[in-house]
Amino acid sequence: MDWGFIFERSFSAMIGPEVVVYALAAVGLNVHFGYTGLMNFGQVGFMAAGAYGVGVSVFWLGWNFWVGIIFAFVYAGVLALLLGLPTLRLRADYLALVTIAASETIRLLARSRVMRPITGGVEGVNQFAGPFYDLSPFELGEFYSFGPFKYLGRDVWVLMVGWTLLILITLMVRQLMRSPWGRTLRAIREDEDAARALGKNSYFYKMQSLMLGGMIGAVAGVIQVIQKASVQADTFNPVITFTIWTILIIGGPGRVWSPIIGSSIYWTLIVFIENTLRQLPPDLRSTLEDTVQLSDFNIAMLRFILVGLGLMLLARFRPQGIFGSREEMALDSR
Amino acid sequence: MRMPKSRWTVRLALGLALGAGFGLVGGAGQSAALVEAVQEDLGVIGTLQYTDATGAKVFIEGVELSIDDVGGDTTDKDGNFRIPVSSPGEYSITLNTATLPDGVTLKDPSRANLVVKVSENADQRIIFPLVTGDTVAATSESKFSVRRVSQLTLEGLKLGLYLAMASIGLSLIFGTTGLVNFAHAELITWGTLMAYFFNIYGLVGTFGFLAGWPAPFGAGVNFIIATALAAVMGGVLGYGLNRVVFRPSRNAGVSLLAQMVMTIGLAIFLRYVFVYFFGSRYRVYKDYAAQRANSFLGMELTSRDATAMVVSIIILIAVGIGLGRTRTGRAMRAVSDNRDLAESSGINVERVIAQVWIFGGALAALSGTFFGFDTVKWDIGARILLLIFAAVTLGGLGTSYGALVGALMVGIAINWSTLIIDTELKNMTALVMLILALLLRPQGILGQKQRIG
Repeated sequence: MDWGFIFERSFSAMIGPEVVVYALAAVGLNVHFGYTGLMNFGQVGFMAAGAYGVGVSVFWLGWNFWVGIIFAFVYAGVLALLLGLPTLRLRADYLALVTIAASETIRLLARSRVMRPITGGVEGVNQFAGPFYDLSPFELGEFYSFGPFKYLGRDVWVLMVGWTLLILITLMVRQLMRSPWGRTLRAIREDEDAARALGKNSYFYKMQSLMLGGMIGAVAGVIQVIQKASVQADTFNPVITFTIWTILIIGGPGRVWSPIIGSSIYWTLIVFIENTLRQLPPDLRSTLEDTVQLSDFNIAMLRFILVGLGLMLLARFRPQGIFGSREEMALDSR
Repeated sequence: MRMPKSRWTVRLALGLALGAGFGLVGGAGQSAALVEAVQEDLGVIGTLQYTDATGAKVFIEGVELSIDDVGGDTTDKDGNFRIPVSSPGEYSITLNTATLPDGVTLKDPSRANLVVKVSENADQRIIFPLVTGDTVAATSESKFSVRRVSQLTLEGLKLGLYLAMASIGLSLIFGTTGLVNFAHAELITWGTLMAYFFNIYGLVGTFGFLAGWPAPFGAGVNFIIATALAAVMGGVLGYGLNRVVFRPSRNAGVSLLAQMVMTIGLAIFLRYVFVYFFGSRYRVYKDYAAQRANSFLGMELTSRDATAMVVSIIILIAVGIGLGRTRTGRAMRAVSDNRDLAESSGINVERVIAQVWIFGGALAALSGTFFGFDTVKWDIGARILLLIFAAVTLGGLGTSYGALVGALMVGIAINWSTLIIDTELKNMTALVMLILALLLRPQGILGQKQRIG
C-alpha cells in the first residue's frame, strides 16, 4: 500500500475544490435551515440553477460569461421565489416535499430530450468557462505543490477564487445574522408565532432567507461547473442535497464556520477511505471482492451508504453537530 | 406490560429483519455464481407489427433480422423472431428493410440498426417501430381520439391503483406519528427486489442468500407466490424500521424534524445498500416479463397488468373495509385523527403505530412488485417518490382514504398530460399538481384545516 499517495490525496482533499463547492452550498443551507429553520431538501436544485444559468446563457445564448454568472444568480433567486410562494405559509415539511420534488424535476427536465437544444440533454453543456481561465495567473496544465498540498494549475486558480468567495460570503452571512434582520430570522426559527406577534411578517423574512440561501447555492453550482468545465444533469442528483445536509450537521447548524469545517472533514474522510480501499493489497482486495462485493463501483457507492448512515446517526444522537451548540439548533427545538 | 408471546414475535421479526440486513454481507459473494446458473438461454426477441388504417394490428411474416457474427432469424406468421446469443452484452441488430412488405417502413428510417443490451437471465425484447403510409395520416389527424384518450385513462388508472397502494402507508404513518417518511420509496424498492429474488432463487435460495448459506439454491418460485412473499418481507422491514429506528427515537423525544432528517438518511442508506448488492443493471422477473397486449374495447392491456389491476382493486377495497369496519382499522383512524384522545380512550398507540408500519410496508412492497413488471431497478421507488408525494398531498396528508383519491387523480392526470407534453416529461405534471394543491387547498381534498398549521 502506498500510504504516501493516500495521504497526499487526503491532504489535497482537505481544502480542494469539492470542499469549496460543498461548503458554499452548505452556507446557503445554513441560512435556510441553521438560521431560519427552513427544511430545504432541494439545495442541489439551486446548484443546478446556477450551473445551467451560466452554462446555457454562455454556450447557447452566446452571452458574455460574466453576464451569464449574474443571470445564474437571478435565476436561482426566481426559483426560490417560485418554490417559496406556495409552501412558506405552511408547516415545515411541505417545503421539504416541494423542494425535493422540484430539485429532481429540474434534473429530469435538464436531461430530457425536449430540452436538449437548450441544456444539451444527457451530454450537457461545455466550453463556456474560457473567460474564467483566461484570467488565470497559473499555468493551467502544470502541477503546483504547497507543503502537503498538490494541485493542477487550473485548480489552484479555481481554489484561489473559490476560497476568496467562500470566506467573503461566510463573513457576509455572519454580519447579516448579527444584524436586526438576522436576529428576526433566528426569532422565527425559535418561535414563529412569537415573532409574528411582535409584528414581524415571517412569510416575508422566510422568503428572503430562502432566496439568499438559494443564491449562495447557485454560487456553489457555478464554481462546480467552472471547475469541471461542463454542466451535466446527472451530477445534480438529490443525494448531493443530503451530502450537504450531512456536512452542515457535522459542522453544526446555525454556526458561522460550520459549513467549511464540515465540508473539509467530510471530504478528507471520504477521500481517505476511498483511496485506502482502492490501494489495498491485491490478495486482500480480491478476498473482499469475493465476500462483500467490494468492486470499484461499490467503493464509489460506499460514500453514499456512509452519508445515509451518518445523517441518520447524527440526526438521532447529535443533531447539534460535532462542534455545534444546542442553543443554536433548529433540529432540536420543535 | 408486554406478554411473553408478543416478545417472542418481536424477536422473530427482528431476527428476520436483521438477518436480512447482515446476511446480505455474507451471501453476496455467491450471487455471481447464482446469476450464471439461471442464464441458460439468452436471446434477442421481438415482434414486428404495424397498425393499419382501421386500427387493427398486422403481424409481419418473413422479415429478416440479423446480429453480426451471431446469427439471424426470419419472423414467423405472428411476426415473432428470436436470435439466440451466447452471453450477456451489447449486440447490434439489423433489420433488413428490403424484406419489409410494400408500403411498410420504419417509423424512423435511420434506425434499421439498433444496439441492444442483453442482460443476464432473460431474453431481451427489442422494438422496431413500423408504420404504413396510411397510419401516419391517421394518427396525425386524431391526437385526441377516443381510442387514445381511453387508452391513456386505462394506463392512468393502472398507475393510480399501484400508486394508491404505495401511498397509503406513507399517509397513515404521517397520520399516526406526524412523520413524513422519506424512506417510504425504499420500502417500494425492497418489494421489487424481494419479488425478483424469490422469483429467481426461490424461498430457500433467497433466505439462504440473505443469511449467507452456501449454494446450491433452489429454483425460483412462481411470481404470484413471490409477490405474496415480497409483501410479507415488506411488512417485516416496516416493522423492523419502526422497532429499531423510529420507536426508540420517539421514546427518546427526538423532534419530528430530526426524525424527518433521519428518514432521509435511512432512505439514502437503503438505496445505496440496494445498489451495492443488486448492482445498477436493469433486470427483469423470470415470469411475465414480456407479454403481448390483448385488445378490448379498443384499449390494450396485457393480461399481466389486468390481473395486477384487479388484485390492486381487491386489496384497496379490502383496505377500505378494513380501515372502516375492523377494530384495528378503526384504531388506526382514531390515532390518525387525534392521538391524545385515542390514547386516553384506551387504545395502545404504540401498538397501532407498529401495525401501521407493518401494513404500510407490506402494501408498499406489493406495489413495488407491480411497478417492477417492466424492469427491476435499484432506485425504482425513488423514481416515483414525486408521484407519491403529490398523491398524498393532493388527497390530504394523514387522511386514510385521501391517498387513494389523490393517487388515482395523479395517475390519470399524468397519463392525460402526454396528450400535450412529451412522454419523458409526464412526471412533471405531478410537481405541478403538488404545487397547485398546496396553493389552492393545502390540507388536501379530504384533509382538515388544522393539520397544515
